Amino acid sequence: MKYVDEYRDAADSQKMLAAIHQRVTREWTLMEVCGGQTHTLIKFGIDRMLPEQVQIVHGPGCPVCVTPLEMIDRAIAIARMPNVIFTSFGDMLRVPGSETDLLSVKAAGGDVRIVYSPLDAVRIAEQNPHREVVFFAVGFETTAPANAMAVWEAAHRGVLNFSMLVSHVLVPPAMEAILSAETNRVQGFLAAGHVCAIMGYHEYEPIAQKYRVPMVVTGFEPLDLLHGTLMLIEMLEDGRIGVENQYARAVRREGNTVAQQTVSQVFMAGERKWRGIGEIPASGLSLRPEYAAHDAELRFAVGTITADEPAECISGAIMQGHQKPHQCPAFGTRCTPERPLGAPMVSSEGACAAYYNYGRVLA
Amino acid sequence: MSVATFNLECPLPIADYPNVVLAHGGGGRLSRTLVEKIFLGAYPNEVLATLHDGAVLDVHGGRIAFSTDSYVIDPPFFPGGDIGSLAVHGTINDLAMCGATPLALSAGFILEEGFPMADLWRIALSMRDAAAAAATPIVTGDTKVVDRGKGDGIFINTTGVGIVRPGIELAPRRARAGDAVLVSGSIATHGIAIMSIREGLEFETQLATDSAALHGMVASLLDTLGSDVHVLRDPTRGGVASALCEIADSASVGIDIEEAAIPVLDEVRGACEILGFDPLYVANEGKLIAFVAAERADEALATLRAHPLGGEAARIGTVTSEHSGHVLQRSRIGGLRAIEMLSGEQLPRIC
Repeated sequence: MKYVDEYRDAADSQKMLAAIHQRVTREWTLMEVCGGQTHTLIKFGIDRMLPEQVQIVHGPGCPVCVTPLEMIDRAIAIARMPNVIFTSFGDMLRVPGSETDLLSVKAAGGDVRIVYSPLDAVRIAEQNPHREVVFFAVGFETTAPANAMAVWEAAHRGVLNFSMLVSHVLVPPAMEAILSAETNRVQGFLAAGHVCAIMGYHEYEPIAQKYRVPMVVTGFEPLDLLHGTLMLIEMLEDGRIGVENQYARAVRREGNTVAQQTVSQVFMAGERKWRGIGEIPASGLSLRPEYAAHDAELRFAVGTITADEPAECISGAIMQGHQKPHQCPAFGTRCTPERPLGAPMVSSEGACAAYYNYGRVLA
Repeated sequence: MSVATFNLECPLPIADYPNVVLAHGGGGRLSRTLVEKIFLGAYPNEVLATLHDGAVLDVHGGRIAFSTDSYVIDPPFFPGGDIGSLAVHGTINDLAMCGATPLALSAGFILEEGFPMADLWRIALSMRDAAAAAATPIVTGDTKVVDRGKGDGIFINTTGVGIVRPGIELAPRRARAGDAVLVSGSIATHGIAIMSIREGLEFETQLATDSAALHGMVASLLDTLGSDVHVLRDPTRGGVASALCEIADSASVGIDIEEAAIPVLDEVRGACEILGFDPLYVANEGKLIAFVAAERADEALATLRAHPLGGEAARIGTVTSEHSGHVLQRSRIGGLRAIEMLSGEQLPRIC
């Protein structure tokens, strides 16, 4: 298949691997930021083909995984309301809240629907004028423009029964949180290509300078990840810091400025809690006051929800690169995709799900 | 019956889910747990315990295969077929996977008040044609009508009986180290065709289901290889991955497969890439997996390819005595990954 097979070519991959093996002279710990990259690494067995000195740890880039427990509980409370059609991307439905998940709400009679685009949710709202339609907006900078566009459309077309439960997060503050931790062991980043396709990578340059680390903006296909790893190893071995771009076919330094404008028209940055990690300043997006009519948090009084994570779940340590999924004592025993303790075990981009589904026997 | 009286008779075996969820019917791990705990728990017997596509029973010195399946597909009409043709093919295939020549089918209809008579006629004709093409008549049936809102238009159950060929014993537990693993053609087509209609996904080409009756192809395979065919499987819900995992588990063997060897149509791969699905987990109709003795693998492949439904047949892997109970896949670029049974439904991803 064109544009896919080229990036999964066995001979090219072997060449890239050989170059990595040749270039490495000492131990390095790299982090891939995005959950999509985690899955490619494990699904194609790349993690096992790299030299032993190259340790890849998995970052916080799974939007489903970092959505705080309280927010899931809030979504569940809204989805249970009688007049509500609750819409979401498929990934979110299996994520455990403190007591249940959205799939179970659906099984118990709630009107929970999977959509492929937030604009579909706006259409459902137009078709059901007497019902409240809520879209659960989670994700990084990648999904923010489409979500912003949906709110903008609803506002301009007067679709007043459409609202959005927003739990958007931003990548650079999370990378800073990881780098500034005393226990940090990450020496270089494979930055998330699709986030950079929207935002560009100029915002990473000051972070690279401040923490003296190299970063390579990297794509999602096996060859992208091998190439990004080679570029990062070369920067590390040569002692270079800064940001280089492996994913040039999709990413420009300034990013997609039209998309950025749409996002900043509708959303504003603010403090956000990350599941398993904690509060990170200026790391989230919320709706601007002029779109308050479409803010599900203001529209539905569900009371103050506070929730405690299952004590056994170490997802925070995993998403900051301190530990790997199979090092968790509950992995595959008390925590499985059927009975998850934390979100990384059920999300299609979660690191624990990747290890469970593709690598449990091999681990 | 109230929960209390139910509990008095017998403790509810599944504690984790107080209600049935969709994934209990998805063909993956939850389906398997439901069948094992509830149904095998309620009617434990040796025949059911084989958990094959159908039951094989000894009758007066011969053997019959007996299988049933219900069809709830939405929408009822789709490119390449409809709920009626699917109901005929599906049960015939379940019989064929037991090594049986299908004899006759029953058809039970649950109709929702208000269902268009013209649609019912269209479905009845399509079942007539499918049954005639497969030379397997529909000889008995039942009809029930439920109140509007209590059904989804139409549900169909078909049950079939067939005569098992003498000397043939096909069962998941017969897979043995060295066996070649074959598929009869490109996988995941049916599931993606249905999904693209259901979700209104538009592709450049219209994808049609490959639903078909496979007993003819099975007959040529058994004519050529006889008892050197060890396992046949119709990888419907849960896809090829879940079927392989079940076989590896039943036979206590390992299975190695090659990603690059698995045939998938380009438009199906494209749709899977977009939706974040793995074709290995997407449902099939009209495709089979065969485990055959290693030394007969080429012959088996040639036989499948010579059949009109098997032109794209391919060898996708080998059974091994290593990593017993597990399936491993060598990726296109040479890395290894484990293949697990489908957990829950495949859900479209965020980004």
